[in-house]
Amino acid sequence: MPHSEPYISLKDIRRIYGQGDAEVRALDGVDIDIKRGEFVAIMGPSGSGKSTAMNLIGCLDRPTSGTYRFNGLEIAGLDGDERALIRRHYLAFIYQGYNLLARTSALDNVELPLIYKGIGKRERRERALHALDLVGLKGRETHDPSQLSGGQQQRVAIARALAGDPHVVLADEPTGNLDTQRSREIMELIVELRRKSGLTIIMVTHDEEIAEYASRLIWMVDGRVQQDRELQDAA
Amino acid sequence: MLWDMTKLALKSIFRNALRSCLTVLGVVIGVASVIAMLTLGQGSSEQVIADVEKMGTNVIVVRPGQRGMGPRAHSTAARPFNIKDVDALEEALPEIDTAAPISSQQGTIVAGTENHRAKITATDQRYLVASDWPLALGRNFNASETRSGKPVCILGQTVRQELFGTADPLDQPVRIKKMSCNVIGVLTEKGASSIGADQDDVVLVPLRTYQRRLTGKDDVSVIYMSVVDGASTGQAIRDVENLMRELRRIAPGDEDDFSVIDMKQVASMLTSITGVLTGLLSAVAAVSLLVGGIGIMNIMLVSVTERTREIGIRLAVGAQTHQVLMQFLIEAVALSLLGGLVGIILGLGLAAIGAHWIDIPFVPDPGIILLAFVFSAIVGAAFGYYPARAAANLDPIEALRHE
Repeated sequence: MPHSEPYISLKDIRRIYGQGDAEVRALDGVDIDIKRGEFVAIMGPSGSGKSTAMNLIGCLDRPTSGTYRFNGLEIAGLDGDERALIRRHYLAFIYQGYNLLARTSALDNVELPLIYKGIGKRERRERALHALDLVGLKGRETHDPSQLSGGQQQRVAIARALAGDPHVVLADEPTGNLDTQRSREIMELIVELRRKSGLTIIMVTHDEEIAEYASRLIWMVDGRVQQDRELQDAA
Repeated sequence: MLWDMTKLALKSIFRNALRSCLTVLGVVIGVASVIAMLTLGQGSSEQVIADVEKMGTNVIVVRPGQRGMGPRAHSTAARPFNIKDVDALEEALPEIDTAAPISSQQGTIVAGTENHRAKITATDQRYLVASDWPLALGRNFNASETRSGKPVCILGQTVRQELFGTADPLDQPVRIKKMSCNVIGVLTEKGASSIGADQDDVVLVPLRTYQRRLTGKDDVSVIYMSVVDGASTGQAIRDVENLMRELRRIAPGDEDDFSVIDMKQVASMLTSITGVLTGLLSAVAAVSLLVGGIGIMNIMLVSVTERTREIGIRLAVGAQTHQVLMQFLIEAVALSLLGGLVGIILGLGLAAIGAHWIDIPFVPDPGIILLAFVFSAIVGAAFGYYPARAAANLDPIEALRHE
């Protein structure tokens, strides 16, 4: 990875929904560069475009205009299936609502991205078990999400994100459904995992205390970046 | 990957066991009825062929009147035959082994206090030879009885059963309409004919006896012939036709006033009737298979809506459109195949019971079973495609936001 080019580079990105009078400019000229290994927190009031930005960076959506280079690759022109391949090999998501498959064991949930990576059954199982061990869920591999607490479900989701060995983890309000104590535990886990693996993490939150864990804070208002500053890196 | 998806599909099917059962019920019923119909049809065709073989495939029958389908096709105006025609056929044509005259009517037969209505068939000693019908007890008519018209008779098994039960009927007197005669023999059991008539519900009397004592006429209504082994039946039919025209003095160019058929024709006629019936019933059954397919589509659509979030998760971790499509398609096909499998077992079971019940052979056809299996897979794929495509084309962001 040459240092000359940032790992993630958004230039003059616009994302416009609707047309004419009903036009909504969710992103209105956003420039963000992210280097590998950064932990970026994106904050801002509701409707500021932070989730839209995250979906774009996560290759779930495509911009109306502007360029988005990911790992040297132009993403804006890719179709759905090509973006799926980028997600499969480089990205992982952690959501506020955990988004685990219901009535499916923790182990099977963690194996899910590995199935699409085409990894064989035995290796899949090993990597999923290892990931669950890393997040402190050893012994709960066969539990269904419904048998786990919110904090434990989020740990399964983190294990799922890690199992696929992604370059970037995108977290959308990862502690939004948890109490303060659990939130702290989850954030400490994320920070520790980042320190061990050098993951790039991009996290959307509206909780300042949670954002404190990041190494950089981007503040968005009305679809633009209003403030972008380094934080004291917890790692 | 394919195997993983199949396992996934089966898991999802068994997770909603009751719903899956109800979903595939249509396919189960459809496949079961198609299988049962076709298997029973196959069985009855074999039964017809076996019956005809029992009657003898080398048998030729001549009736007065023009040929036609059905028992009443010959016109009443046509001249009947007489015994001279029978003898002439047997003597003049080398490929005719035996020719026997037949006349018959329904009548009441009385023995002691028992009475029973049966078919009275008048013939001579040649009939049992031509039709290859062995005796169970006693003896055949002899030439002198036939010539002089002695009052003797041979009973079919049903008549014997009705009049004598388990008692020995030989040399017992019976009364056939107004004529008294002695039982000299009992036929072996022949069973039902291919159209269901009881062939054992019969009493044989010498033709001469019948003509003199019961009808007072010299008529012979049917001539029954067996062809020499190895001779061509087709050639025999042509020769019989030519000779009959001569005997009945039909001018060249005039139409025959009699008809000649062989048992092969009867067999092919009967099997074609069975075939048409089987085809029609199967077509009706196939419609229920179609309805079953619609049931699968319905539930798959519900399932896609219900699992929108799951689809979103799969798309987020990098599933491509065709992979989601395959997942739901495999699920629909697996569902439908399971239904087909249960349907095949159920259909064969019904056919086995049905075959036993109507007394025909149970002939499961591997080709039909395979066809039903393939067909249910096609139903699953055809009706699963639309829901699967709906799933595959979901927008991942929308799908993840779905409650």
